[in-house]
Amino acid sequence: MLRRFHSLTGVALALGLAVIAITGAALSVQPALDRLATPAIARGVSVAALAEAVAARHQSIDSIRKRADGSITVAFTDGDIAGVERVDPATGMGLGDYRASEFTRFITNLHRSFLAGDAGRAAAGVGALAMLALTASGMIMLVRRLGGPRALFRPIPGAPAQRWHGALGRLAAAGLLLSSLTGLWMSASTFGFIPESDAAIPAVVASAGAPAPVGTLAALKTADVADLRELAFPAPGDSTDIYRLRSSAGEARIDAATGVALAFTPATTLDRIQDLVRMLHTGRGAWALGLWLGLSAAAVPVFAATGFLSWRRRRAARPRIAGNVSARSADTIILVGSESNSTWGFAATLHAALTAAGHQVHTGAMNDLAPVHARAGLLLILAATCGDGAAPASAKNFRARLAALNDPVPVAVLGFGDRNFGRFCGFAEDVSAAIAAKGWPQILPMKRIDRRSAQEFAQWGHGLGAALGHDLTLEHVCEPPKTFALELVEREDYGVAVGAPVAILRFRAPGTGAKAGPLPSFEPGDLVGVLPPGSPMPRFYSLASAARDGVLEICVRLREGGLCSTFLHALAPGDLIQAFVRENPAFRPARGSTPLILIGAGAGIGPLAGFVRANQAGRPVYLYWGGRSAASDFLYERELARHLAEKRLTSLRTAFSRGPDGGAYVQDRIAADAPRLRELIRQGAQILVCGGRDMAQAVTQALDPVIRPLGLDLAILKSSGRYVEDVY
Amino acid sequence: MKFVLPAIAASAALIAPGFAEARQITIETTLKNYGGNGAYVVLYVTDAAGKYRGTLWMAGGKAKYYRHLSDWQRASGGAPAEIDGVTGASIGSGKTLKMSFDLADAMIDAGYTLHVDTAVEDGRDNPSEAIVPLDASTSGKPVPGKGYVKSFSVSF
Repeated sequence: MLRRFHSLTGVALALGLAVIAITGAALSVQPALDRLATPAIARGVSVAALAEAVAARHQSIDSIRKRADGSITVAFTDGDIAGVERVDPATGMGLGDYRASEFTRFITNLHRSFLAGDAGRAAAGVGALAMLALTASGMIMLVRRLGGPRALFRPIPGAPAQRWHGALGRLAAAGLLLSSLTGLWMSASTFGFIPESDAAIPAVVASAGAPAPVGTLAALKTADVADLRELAFPAPGDSTDIYRLRSSAGEARIDAATGVALAFTPATTLDRIQDLVRMLHTGRGAWALGLWLGLSAAAVPVFAATGFLSWRRRRAARPRIAGNVSARSADTIILVGSESNSTWGFAATLHAALTAAGHQVHTGAMNDLAPVHARAGLLLILAATCGDGAAPASAKNFRARLAALNDPVPVAVLGFGDRNFGRFCGFAEDVSAAIAAKGWPQILPMKRIDRRSAQEFAQWGHGLGAALGHDLTLEHVCEPPKTFALELVEREDYGVAVGAPVAILRFRAPGTGAKAGPLPSFEPGDLVGVLPPGSPMPRFYSLASAARDGVLEICVRLREGGLCSTFLHALAPGDLIQAFVRENPAFRPARGSTPLILIGAGAGIGPLAGFVRANQAGRPVYLYWGGRSAASDFLYERELARHLAEKRLTSLRTAFSRGPDGGAYVQDRIAADAPRLRELIRQGAQILVCGGRDMAQAVTQALDPVIRPLGLDLAILKSSGRYVEDVY
Repeated sequence: MKFVLPAIAASAALIAPGFAEARQITIETTLKNYGGNGAYVVLYVTDAAGKYRGTLWMAGGKAKYYRHLSDWQRASGGAPAEIDGVTGASIGSGKTLKMSFDLADAMIDAGYTLHVDTAVEDGRDNPSEAIVPLDASTSGKPVPGKGYVKSFSVSF
């Protein structure tokens, strides 16, 4: 709900808000420039002395005013000439004509009214309200995403656009809240929703005597120029008129003949608030604050761009469901728990088939589960699993929402997953168990779909159709990812002698020399999806190179009966494959110069070698790697030796299971190096683990006693992004 | 545009629309090309004793700027009721405001005076920048103001 509000408001108003923010940022520099050009007024000169000096140079003075830029100006009339000049606040000497900058006026009008009069002013007011709401909702979402207010400055996961959006957002939020709140106040004041001044101005009667020279007036002698806002002179020739002296404290009315203050109207609380709001919004009188507000505002166009990108990505990731009826009027509800977009594709197929069979179908995310769904006749839950049984992104809140529902409704649960994982369809199992515990009927036993199998999905469809009393044919065609061709240029083979063939494969875009096409952008640790011939299911491999290396490099272990690894191992230089790149921003070294601890086994060294290769800055990197035999499958042996010499790699610890003294594993090296690793983690080191599931499990057990004495555990390190895994 | 003067009608009972003794006056205010945001311009009437009798027109809609029209503010007290129904947009640099009002015959040649105050943001305030008697002898004769007003005329 909050996300929806945030995205739609942001996307709809992006352009207008960017205009307000850019002009605001431009104006924010002005107070600092003014401060340089016009030094603060020193105390010690009386208003009477200044007025006398100014009056001596002109026939008649209308007013002396302190301008928003901090300068003192005098409005005078000499015969036919009415002018405004700047004066030296200490001496009253003329400093030339006062003229407000035409450019600043233009930018100001663009900022507060889009150059469109009152309609524009109203739009700018709405903009301030929207900015306030966007900032608040954005911060709430960021706090939730990172796991609480204390976690607000942790690294932000996600795609680059999302990371920039959040990282800049938390820096600019305070400034934007202040600017939008004060802007809203000023807009309300412009449209008269806030009274201008509630001070009661008493009527005064002047003595009507002959006017005395301004320099002799007692009430002006005691007023300091530093406190002056405005001194308005009496109309020439009108003996009943008086001087009006305004300062931040209030307004005094001063008899022109006697110099006595006839009345003083103190500034009210409202006046002081108005002054404060104006200062906080414009930065006038607080130039450093102004610059800070300007910097915050300058981030708004970035929010507009990154927010728009993220919004479009999310929209593209969720396929459109044709003929999605409202939840209220549906007889069948399909709820989707999906981490990427694939489960939505299955839901769309199911939706279309049920609609064709005459049902009124509503499809939504599992997170949207609401009491209205329980009023439908049937609830179909399509749940993917994230990692080892965790809830996928669109189902994080499902269990809590389910617990709050009471009306039973018939349910069928379909799990999507991968048999290779420890808990195949673990989340769907949990959901099914929770529904059973509530006593809701399940019209079909829970079924698991392995690796997006269209056949298994079709089987489940037959079962569902039988339960519903009609035919139901589900013909699901996975939407193929957009692939590009890669040509194998080089391969290195290892491990054949020890029965564990591993190949380092290097690809580039087809074409020779300069004609070779560009590679898409990727970093070590990102994933390449390879489509083996005869299967629409991509297999993913961690990348060992960056696009700037000019090659796409992967490290592939041959698995018995593995369709894709067999295919890849059979490639010869010049052969082509179809592939696509998927970002994996979670598995990347954190920026900075803190040490990195890289741990891997077998082919898992691929991305780790890539991280070492990219370490031009020479940050401390400690690599722990396990293989079978130093003679046969020591992957990257020569390259790592070179990196050690070039200081890209600080230390390399290897373990070979078929080594001379009975063999060792990488976790043994970790246990042996406990003191050193503990010190590195104390210094803020990040740990990146890549390899098989068993190795990762053994590594966590070996690390636990290493970090316990620091008062840490893996959960803490994981939540702050200091322990990341790429495990298969 | 044609307007009647509710404030003056109420206070002085001097005018009423449609009466035979009403006279139409046209006030034309042309501003200089001062090059700034729209000017706030207020037209108001004082009687022979210098006492404020009513506001004919307030060009400028934001109450927070009215204190810059200081003579009008002082004379009228600045209460919102004074300009209720006689408020319009501010007048741009170089632009002309031409308005017609129905005034009672009795106000002509009776010592009444028309005042103009002007003010511009980041510019100067010009209290009573032009003062013209409601006098047949001055009818149609433009006078310059001392601030932003290039010419100001009242025609009967």
